[in-house]
Amino acid sequence: MNPVNYLYLAALLFTIGATGVLIRRNAIVVFMCVELMLNACNLAFVVFSRMHGNLDGQIIAFFTMVVAAAEVVVGLAIIVSLFRTRHSASVDDASLMKL
Amino acid sequence: MSFPLLTATAALPALGAVATAAVPAARRTAAKWLALLVSLATLALAVVVLVRFDPDGARYQLTESHAWIKAFGVRYELGVDGIAVALIALTALLIPFIVLAGWHDADPLETGSRRWRPTQGFFALILAVEAMVIISFEATDVFVFYIFFEAMLIPMYFLIGGFGDRAHEHGEEAAATQRSYAAVKFLLYNLVGGLIMLAAVIGLYVVAGNFSLAEIAQARANGTLHMATSTERWLFLGFFFAFAVKAPLWPLHTWLPNAMQESTAPVAVLITAVVDKVGTFAMLRFCLQLFPEASKWATPVILVLAVISIVYGALLAVGQRDIKRLVAYASISHFGFIVLGIFAMTSQGQSGATLYMVNHGISTAALMLVAGFLISRRGSRLIADYGGVQKVAPVLAGTFLIGGLATLSLPGLAPFVSEFLVLVGTFTRYPAIGVVATFGIVLAALYTLVLYQRTMTGPVKPEVSAMPDLRARELVVVAPLIVLLIFLGVYPKPVTDIVNPAVKQTMSDVQKKDPKPEVEAAK
Amino acid sequence: MEKLIALLIAAPLLGAAVLLVGGRRLDRVGHWIGTLLSTASFVIGLVLFAGLLGRNAEHRTLIQHLWTWVPVESFQADVTFRLDQLSMTFVLLITGVGSLIHLYSVGYMAHDERRRRFFGYLNLFLAAMLLLVLADNYLLLYVGWEGVGLASYLLIGFWQHKPSAATAAKKAFLVNRVGDVGLSIAIMLLFTTFGTFAFGPVLDHAGSASEGKLTAIALMLLLAACGKSAQVPLQSWLGDAMEGPTPVSALIHAATMVTAGVYLIVRSAAVFNAAPDAQLVVTVVGAVTLLFGAIVGCAKDDIKKALAGSTMSQIGYMVLAAGLGPVGYVFAIMHLVTHGFFKAGLFLGAGSVMHGMNDEVDMRKYGGLRTYMPVTFVTFGLGYLAIIGFPGLSGFFSKDKIIEAAFAKGGTEGWILGGAALLGAAITAFYMTRVMLMTFFGEERWRSRPTRSPEAPSAEPAAEHQGEHAEPHPHESPKVMTIPMIVLAVGSVFGGAFFSVGDRFLHWLEPVTGHSEGDSPLSAATVTGATMVCLVAGVAIAWAQYGRKPVPAVAPRGSLLTRAARRDLYQDDLNHVVLVRGGEHLTRSLVYVDHTLVDGVVNGTAAGFGGLSGRLRRLQNGFARSYAVSMFGGAALLVAATLLMRAV
Repeated sequence: MNPVNYLYLAALLFTIGATGVLIRRNAIVVFMCVELMLNACNLAFVVFSRMHGNLDGQIIAFFTMVVAAAEVVVGLAIIVSLFRTRHSASVDDASLMKL
Repeated sequence: MSFPLLTATAALPALGAVATAAVPAARRTAAKWLALLVSLATLALAVVVLVRFDPDGARYQLTESHAWIKAFGVRYELGVDGIAVALIALTALLIPFIVLAGWHDADPLETGSRRWRPTQGFFALILAVEAMVIISFEATDVFVFYIFFEAMLIPMYFLIGGFGDRAHEHGEEAAATQRSYAAVKFLLYNLVGGLIMLAAVIGLYVVAGNFSLAEIAQARANGTLHMATSTERWLFLGFFFAFAVKAPLWPLHTWLPNAMQESTAPVAVLITAVVDKVGTFAMLRFCLQLFPEASKWATPVILVLAVISIVYGALLAVGQRDIKRLVAYASISHFGFIVLGIFAMTSQGQSGATLYMVNHGISTAALMLVAGFLISRRGSRLIADYGGVQKVAPVLAGTFLIGGLATLSLPGLAPFVSEFLVLVGTFTRYPAIGVVATFGIVLAALYTLVLYQRTMTGPVKPEVSAMPDLRARELVVVAPLIVLLIFLGVYPKPVTDIVNPAVKQTMSDVQKKDPKPEVEAAK
Repeated sequence: MEKLIALLIAAPLLGAAVLLVGGRRLDRVGHWIGTLLSTASFVIGLVLFAGLLGRNAEHRTLIQHLWTWVPVESFQADVTFRLDQLSMTFVLLITGVGSLIHLYSVGYMAHDERRRRFFGYLNLFLAAMLLLVLADNYLLLYVGWEGVGLASYLLIGFWQHKPSAATAAKKAFLVNRVGDVGLSIAIMLLFTTFGTFAFGPVLDHAGSASEGKLTAIALMLLLAACGKSAQVPLQSWLGDAMEGPTPVSALIHAATMVTAGVYLIVRSAAVFNAAPDAQLVVTVVGAVTLLFGAIVGCAKDDIKKALAGSTMSQIGYMVLAAGLGPVGYVFAIMHLVTHGFFKAGLFLGAGSVMHGMNDEVDMRKYGGLRTYMPVTFVTFGLGYLAIIGFPGLSGFFSKDKIIEAAFAKGGTEGWILGGAALLGAAITAFYMTRVMLMTFFGEERWRSRPTRSPEAPSAEPAAEHQGEHAEPHPHESPKVMTIPMIVLAVGSVFGGAFFSVGDRFLHWLEPVTGHSEGDSPLSAATVTGATMVCLVAGVAIAWAQYGRKPVPAVAPRGSLLTRAARRDLYQDDLNHVVLVRGGEHLTRSLVYVDHTLVDGVVNGTAAGFGGLSGRLRRLQNGFARSYAVSMFGGAALLVAATLLMRAV
């Protein structure tokens, strides 16, 4: 099968994720959409790795997973503490970080 | 390896600053004494530098060189020539007087005031400034110089903004507002200058591949490093702009009156007598050595700016109502003379300019510190609030007059020698500019004597009638400065002996020779 | 013997230092220390004079090199003294008259609590003045030049609590500074022309420089001389300088300092000789000033100001003579010395009168004082006869020669200058007779009237002890004051004759200044006769006006010229309008410009950035999703840009 098709898939996934980040208010959903974008990138990396015949892309995909895992830890912690203080998981409620 | 004397001279006040800052608040008197001792020890080291320096020896002496940031070819390189030695000595000399004059300036305010004034901090900052100024004079690596040239702003910012003059007609709140305005203005002006210089420093690195002053100058002199004319001019302008802000040269001067007006008298002296000297010094050391051709190219414009500074500063000084602003504008006029001397490109002009830096430091310190004593007695900076002080405090008035006479360059006092050298040096090459600058001496007499007349003579105002004369501590500050003014006025040879060889070098850098007289009458 | 020269200066300098630094401890002996050291300087001067006389005329120049002062490459200024006949003459005049006036001041200033400081300043003046005449180069001369200016400033403003005194002192210093600009530029020109400014080489080579440069140098030196010697157009300070204590007026503003300009011109004789155009200007300045001062002197009712006008006028004679070149140099100096005697004597006499009259200076409130102050009357009278050029007295010999020399200039110029000098002699006779008559003759106008006119308040300190409005009790001054007056009167009577017999003074000075006999269209006897006629006319007119008729105690309105002369021929008003007002407007507008324009640009830039950031910060709304939009937008832009670049 033509590997380019996987790239189309990755682009589709990335777009879905990006749209989700922009339009959804619930922090958990936004967070999941971010994960979706990350994984879309991972997919693209792996495809590129396959197309070029070296392992660089796959290695970077591993790195991304590690970072994503770390991010999940920190991000979920922030969301939980936000929810505890405000009883809401809406990202629009947390707009105090403005000048 | 020999003892790193230059590093020690700069490191001592730096360490002293840390130690002073660390003194607990309850023992603030100990902090004052510590600062005084450190500044005196630095003076002792500066004297050692002065003695060890051989005027007829190599150009840069007591050199130290260590690799620092290898990737960019930055080296920790120090070395002094005659000009630097003279200015280091001046700096080290003035700091003890500044510390002593500001002895009570940072004492905690009376209860009820909301402002918090850490006494140790004041003295630690002064020492920090001293350390940075000294190392700026010593650095022969452009990058090292740049770092300390800029870093100096930090302690100065806090000295102006945090410990300003409390005398204000509209109360403490207004004073605080004006003070922070002055401090921010000082910082922004100098930061902009510094940023433009940073661009030029990077540009210089791109062109030359390293930051070493000696190496670059050497390479330029023997032709191995070629710079396109336009490149050289842009780089020169970048450097010069920063120094012109610091000096300050018209029209980049407006930060100085604000800064001097709002700071306490000792800090004002620190600004104008010590920190500003780095600007004019750097013109001599960096602008002329690194970019000789561009310097010559820019000379006409710079000379005109310098003359404008002289006349403009003096005229504005005449129109001031505030004693400290008056001294500030007078300083602008004097810095015009210094720049004029540097860019007249004659031995007399440049030796005179260097001598001027030293003498201006001493004379301004004398005048400004006495003015500070006066202001602290009455709690007002306005000239109109005084009158007849001479009757109640004759010693104060006498020292004030001598400081004023030094400011107007009375022959017999030190500034006359330098001012005349600058004028002669300018006149031999640019007669018209020399003549215009000479009229500055009339204006100098005008603003000094008007100031003296309005504050010291006439009927005694009721508010000053109980004014005490100079106290012992204040006399200890003023008397040595006056003695020095007279001594260097009648016997400036010790300074010129140190400075002349260095100026000769600079003159050969820019490949200029003194004009010849019409008739060879001498000898 | 050279070693002694520095001591001349060192003695009064030591006095000044001791008296000014010594503090109140020295209050009781300070005046004697000052007088002693001044006299010591005079004695050293006499020793040196005897030494010079012992040499033959060509070897009477002594040089003492002390130390190298300012060495920068070819610019070499040394502290070197030169004692030759010219400076020796000045040294004796300065220290001699100076010592007498020190002695006089002991009595005159007896009631002043700051007498010690007064003597410190006087000693400082002596040191600076000696430095001026002993310096071997122009730069060192400049130090003395400004040193006397400083001493003059301090002494004019000695009674600083009087605003008028402080203002007068400031004015004197400032006007002198304008002259100093001339001296500075002259030194710079000398340096660019000759490569040095030491007297020896400059004067030896003066002939080989271009005339244009020499004219410029000479004119600049003249500007300096105008400032110091109160010549038109820089004369305005001298009248105000009378605010100082009277001994100061006698020493500084009559006998010594104001003659420094003449010294400068005569010292630079070689330069002036080679610049005839400049010489012409010098003579014109001299002639104009001698008439100007004389006219002003006629109208003043303040005895000191009348004498000040006279001083101006007499120095005009000297400058005129100096401008005539070798014909006049010697006579300029001779008149300077005789003038030093009689004018100092006249001022001391005026001081003595004021001392006895509760410090009243208005001559309209004097009158008939000859019986109350016999010694003052006699000494003042002798000085009077000397200054108007009464035959046989000092002024006769020196002034006559100058008038003769002016005619000898030749051509129309000679007639004009000579005529001016003759006219000046007549006016001198008039105003001095007027002073004499108003002060010592006529009715006693001081009786039972308030002693002060409200428009001319004088607050010399003795007044405070004697009460403001008490009727004065004219009395002779103490011996310590009359002795100097007597000595000076003797000098005024015999000085001129002593110098002129056998042309002593001419032979003494000739080696330094050079001398040539003029070619006068009039014979010496004719000139003397004409001078006598002028003298008699002047005296007669004055007697007709002030001797025959009673003098009104309040000044009449007077003619247009009188009113103009009272106001110094409106020169001050002109200065005020042009310089003071103009300067005030200029500085005020510059302060405004600095604040609004120069600073305004900076503050405007700052405000602009402030406004911009105010707008921009609205973008930071805190909503995470709007940040995300801008991130995606940015990323999209980047991608688009990359693709676009590829495509191109």
